[in-house]
Amino acid sequence: MKNYNLPDTTGKFGIYGGRFVPETLIPALYELETTYNDLKNDPDFINEYNQLQREYNGRPTPLTYADRLTKYYGKAKIYLKREDLCHTGAHKLNNAIGQILIAKRLGKQRIIAETGAGQHGVATATMCAKFGIKCVVYMGELDIERQKPNVFRMKLLGAEVIPVTSGSKTLKDATNEAIRDWVTNVRDTHYIIGSVVGPHPYPMLVRDFQSIIGKETKEQILSIEKRLPDYIVACVGGGSNAIGIFYPFINDENVKLIGVEAAGYGLNTNKHCATLSLGSPGIFQGMLTYLLQDENGQVSEVHSISAGLDYPGVGPEHSFLKDQSRVQYFSITDEEALKAAYLTTKLEGILPALESAHAIAYLEKFIQQTSKDEIIVINLSGRGDKDLSTYMENFKEDYK
Amino acid sequence: MSFIHNYIDTINKKNRKALSIFLTAGFPDKNNFIELAKSVLDAGADILELGIPFSDPLADGPIIQTSSTIALKNNTTTKDVLKYAEQLANYSEKPIILMGYANPINHYNKNNFFKDASSAGVKGIIVPDVPLEEYDYFFDCDIYNLDVILLVTPTSTNDRIKLIDHKSKGFVYCVSVTGTTGIKDSFGEDTYNNLKRTYSVIEKNKMLIGFGISKSEDIKNFAPYCDGVIVGSKIIKTILDNNKLDNTVRIINEFSEACNF
Repeated sequence: MKNYNLPDTTGKFGIYGGRFVPETLIPALYELETTYNDLKNDPDFINEYNQLQREYNGRPTPLTYADRLTKYYGKAKIYLKREDLCHTGAHKLNNAIGQILIAKRLGKQRIIAETGAGQHGVATATMCAKFGIKCVVYMGELDIERQKPNVFRMKLLGAEVIPVTSGSKTLKDATNEAIRDWVTNVRDTHYIIGSVVGPHPYPMLVRDFQSIIGKETKEQILSIEKRLPDYIVACVGGGSNAIGIFYPFINDENVKLIGVEAAGYGLNTNKHCATLSLGSPGIFQGMLTYLLQDENGQVSEVHSISAGLDYPGVGPEHSFLKDQSRVQYFSITDEEALKAAYLTTKLEGILPALESAHAIAYLEKFIQQTSKDEIIVINLSGRGDKDLSTYMENFKEDYK
Repeated sequence: MSFIHNYIDTINKKNRKALSIFLTAGFPDKNNFIELAKSVLDAGADILELGIPFSDPLADGPIIQTSSTIALKNNTTTKDVLKYAEQLANYSEKPIILMGYANPINHYNKNNFFKDASSAGVKGIIVPDVPLEEYDYFFDCDIYNLDVILLVTPTSTNDRIKLIDHKSKGFVYCVSVTGTTGIKDSFGEDTYNNLKRTYSVIEKNKMLIGFGISKSEDIKNFAPYCDGVIVGSKIIKTILDNNKLDNTVRIINEFSEACNF
């Protein structure tokens, strides 16, 4: 795709995106868009952002050659983009840094966020602690139960974690509650959305902050291999880490982009969250996008072993890229993700987040079609410390 | 001029503010819903707003969310809501308005939805997650003479209110406070100042105030700044707390009385 330049001025990626929110929020969305458009050309803002990325977040993150994983499969060379080495353990801080600086310029006294796996909640709470701003994080009751270490970290960082008991008690419902809070407190509150979802300008804003992953990857692979990769693979829930690494490569047509969704117990069950594989266009949480919904347009309850992928929608830019066939989207079951996580840990000494394990697991599906002179980059979006209890509960002897 | 606009105007000329009552369709149960809705109309509601239940109602607080969840557990579909609307339109001359979120309407097929709603006798439609920015996308097909009622809120600037007034038909739904639907104990001075400002900007349409209204006193206080009021959560809460029709009818009687001047 040459000269890719979306969203358009109405916040749309083709038909997807937009601003499907109550009227109360519209002025705040315009204010956010205008402020961001001004700041992205403001040298002071850019310097502060770059300094925080470098000296606080630890960027650039390495591009690690996965030597033993490559030997194990005996096909294309495998590289891992190490977002797990970002401060707080995932790519989420890339966006939280950018948005906290915008919130500061907007003069907002209070930050709210939603979180699934807790990584975005921790990233937001971290930036709020650093800047001394009040932080409230909405989190589904089920996710609170399965992500206890991150809940404790958020509290330690001074954030108030509000359990959400409605619906499926996961990320979807936490997002609803965060939006309701924002509708109520919009005058003094900035909502730091954690993925490339929601009303315009959020999908654009979050993508831009996350695209640092792809920019670095491009420089690093050109430096190491003197050429672009053949494949880039990333997991997709809302899709922020995926769009972050894909975006700078969209115009490079020879680079195949692969997004991996969570198939949960399998696509033939109703326990999955493979939105792009099995969903249909719908209007949800401020955007027109692919959505898992029933025959009456009610949003489906979804499942993934990974709290960060457990979401019935997806970023609208992914919906557009799917329809254009620029990105291919596939899915991986809970079981396949677990196996990939154990394999990566054993061979590379890296315990991936359950989300990232879905991307790694996709190697099994396609690496045999590759050749030894090809290059695969997998975005390792986060580390697996937060998922230790899930890994312990699900460990089987034959994984050894 | 729209039916709803003329209807409210007639009421206003009789020194009365219009009373619109919101009910979630299919709540508290499907079989007795029509009986409940007819009682609400008979008790003094001038307009009936039927909510299409949705799994993720962003503009609603816990009370209406709960009623939506119960209606969905009762398997209330968009088709059921249209059937209710038809029965109620046959029962009463009073306008029936549908309130629904964008996705169930979009999923039904917008064009078919507007056609079926109009055939059922529905007079107007409110879609709270379709603001001015998405109006042209969402209402891009034949809307079969339905009035599209848009919302203004305390964050809407005067310029936006003018645009919304221009695009709305029937009336403009003025949200009293920033926030979701619910019951408010009291309203501050800033609310009244804002309502006064909004009412002075709206020229083309009638203006009804909603969100938070739970007492006759609220209606009396808002009366100088509107042509009518909308009450939802208080009625739903009354049904949730004590599912007796008598209580609901009594409260609507009181609210209806408060609308007379």
